Amino acid sequence: MNPVNYLYLAALLFAIGATGVLIRRNAIVVFMCIELMLNACNLAFVAFSRMHGNLDGQIIAFFTMVVAAAEVVVGLAIIVSLFRSRHSASVDDASLMKL
Amino acid sequence: MSASAVHSLWTTAADPIDKIGAPKIEYGQLSPTLIVIGAAVVGVLVEAFVPRKFRYYVQLFLSVVALAAAFAAVVGLAARGFGTTKAQIAAMGAIAVDGPALFLQGTILLAGLVAIFTFAERRLDPLAHGNRVDSFVAQAGAVPGSEGEQAATKAGFTTTEVFPLALFAIGGMLVFPAANDLLTLFIALEVFSLPLYLLCALARRKRLMSQEAAVKYFLLGAFASAFTLFGIALLYGYAGSVSYATIADVVEGNVSTVDPALAETMGNDALLLIGVAMVVMGLLFKVGAVPFHMWTPDVYQGAPTPVTGFMAAATKVAAFGALLRLLYVVLPGLRWDWRPVMWGIAIITMLGGAIVAITQTDIKRLLAYSSIAHAGFILAGVIATTPDGVSSVLFYLAAYSFVTIGAFAVVTLVRDAGGEATHLSKWAGLGRRSPLVAAVFAVFLLAFAGIPLTSGFTGKFAVFKAAAEGGAGALVVVGVLSSAIAAFFYIRVIVLMFFSEPKADGPTVAVPSPLTMTAIGVGVAVTLVLGVAPQYFLDLAGQAGVFVR
Repeated sequence: MNPVNYLYLAALLFAIGATGVLIRRNAIVVFMCIELMLNACNLAFVAFSRMHGNLDGQIIAFFTMVVAAAEVVVGLAIIVSLFRSRHSASVDDASLMKL
Repeated sequence: MSASAVHSLWTTAADPIDKIGAPKIEYGQLSPTLIVIGAAVVGVLVEAFVPRKFRYYVQLFLSVVALAAAFAAVVGLAARGFGTTKAQIAAMGAIAVDGPALFLQGTILLAGLVAIFTFAERRLDPLAHGNRVDSFVAQAGAVPGSEGEQAATKAGFTTTEVFPLALFAIGGMLVFPAANDLLTLFIALEVFSLPLYLLCALARRKRLMSQEAAVKYFLLGAFASAFTLFGIALLYGYAGSVSYATIADVVEGNVSTVDPALAETMGNDALLLIGVAMVVMGLLFKVGAVPFHMWTPDVYQGAPTPVTGFMAAATKVAAFGALLRLLYVVLPGLRWDWRPVMWGIAIITMLGGAIVAITQTDIKRLLAYSSIAHAGFILAGVIATTPDGVSSVLFYLAAYSFVTIGAFAVVTLVRDAGGEATHLSKWAGLGRRSPLVAAVFAVFLLAFAGIPLTSGFTGKFAVFKAAAEGGAGALVVVGVLSSAIAAFFYIRVIVLMFFSEPKADGPTVAVPSPLTMTAIGVGVAVTLVLGVAPQYFLDLAGQAGVFVR
C-alpha cells in the first residue's frame, strides 16, 4: 500500500483531534483529543520514515510517546485538582477571570 | 519441516552486531544546562529524604548555588571565545554553542536567579498558625477550603517542590534557544512547559483562580505543542532530517546528491510551507503574539505572582531565542515567504496588546497585555533579518526580563485582607501612602513605556533602528504609534498612584525580606544602568549576534 495514504490518515486524525479540542467541553475529553493529535504526529513520522528509508522518524515517535506520557501525568493532575475543587471538569464553567 | 526452517520464516539470522559508536558529548560546553538539570534532580531527592522543616533552606541554597554556578559556566564559555570565534555545534549536532545561545542563557539564568528570590519570599503573608508562609499552597493535593487544607496549613506544610520545578523549567529554557535540531527543540519546549503548568496551579490565595489558570495554560499549551510537533513531522518529511543545517540546505537547494527516496518530498513546497507555519505558530504561542495570545491574560492573572514574573520574563527570552534561530538559521532561504506574515503578526500584536490594555482594571492583566505589546516590539527586531536585528532583540530581551520580574515583585507587596490587591482602584493614592514603592513601580512603568534614561527606551530604540535599516519602515511607524498608546495607560497608573486620594480601606504595603528587596533592587539597577550607560551591553549583544550553522 502506498505510504502516502498513511499521511492522509495522519492529517485526518490530526484534524479530528483539533476539532475535538475546539468543540468539546469536558477537560478530559479535550485532553484526549490533544493526545489524538500527538498520535497523528507519530503516524506521520513513521510514514515519512518508511518513505525515506531512514530510521529518524521512528526514533522521534518514541520521544513523542514519552512526552505524551509526561503530559498525561501533569495534565491529569491539574484537571483532577480542578475537578475536586469544583465538582465539574467543564472548561466552560472555569470562567472566574472572564471580564 | 525442521524447526530451523520454520524459524527462518519469521526471523532472519542475526548478523554479528557492529559496535555502535558512543556519541561524542562536549560536557564542558553543555555545563550550564547540566548543572541546572542536575541540581533539579538533586532537589527531587531533597524532597524525598530531607526532613520537612529543613527543606525550604536546603532547596533555596541548592537553587541559588546551581543558578550562580551555571551563570559562571556561561561567562567562562563566553570568555573562552565560544560566543564569537570558537562558536560550534555540540552534542552530535543537537545543541549550538554560540553568541546568541550564550547571551540568552546568561539572561535566563540571571532572571531565574532573581525570580527564585521572589519565590522564596516568606514575610508578606501574615503568619499562618505561627508559621511563616510563602506565596505557594500548603499542599497542592488538598481541596481548597477543605479540612485537609486547614490541617496542612496548621502543620506548617509548604510546597518546596516549586524550587526543583523552577530549576527544571530553567533547564529546558537553557536548551530551547540553543536547540539545533527540531527534536531537541520540541523536547526542550516540553521540558520547560510542563513545570510551568504545575507552578501556575500552586497559589496560596485565590486557589480556584490559580487552578483555572493552570488548566487553561495546560490545555492551550498542549494544543499548541501538538501543532508544533505536526509541523516538525512535515518538515522531517520534506527534508528527510530534523537537523537545522540539513533543512536549511534543502530549503536553499544546496543539496548536491539527492537520495532518490527523498527527491519527491524535497520538491513538495506544501510540506515545507505548512510545516514552517505550524512550527512558527507554536513558538509564537509561547511568546504570546496576537492571535495566539488568548491564554496570556488569564494565566498571568491566575498564577502566583512570583511565577507570573518568572514566566513573563524567562519564557519570552527562551521562546524568542528559539524563534530567532529557526528563522535565521533554518529559513533564511524562505524569508520572502515568512517576512510578510511576520509583518502582519507584529503589527496586530503591537496594536492589539496596546489597545486592549487600556480597558484593563486589574494590574496583573494590564501587565499581561503590556507583555503582548512588547512581544510585538521584539518581533519588529526579528523581522529586520540583519545582524543588528539579532543583537537588538538580544538587548531588548535582557532589558525587558529584569523590568518584568521587578514589576511583578512590586505587585506582591501591595496587599489587603484577601492577599494581593490587584484591582487598579485599590492602587489609588499609593504614592501618598508609601512613596518609595510607588516610585519604584513608576520607574518600571516608565521603562515599559520606553521613556528615555530607562532600559526600555534603549531597547526600543535599538529594535526600531534595526527594523528601519532592515527595510521595515512602516513597521517602525506602527511601533511608535502603539508605544504612544501604551504610554497612555502606563502614565494613567502613575497618575492614579500619585495624584488621587488614598481610600480609607485601601491596601497596605508589606515590608519584604531582603530576598524580594534584592529582586526589586536588581530590577531598578538594571533599568537605570541600561538606560543611562548602555554602551557596554549594546556592544556585548552586538558581539553575540552571530548564529553558528
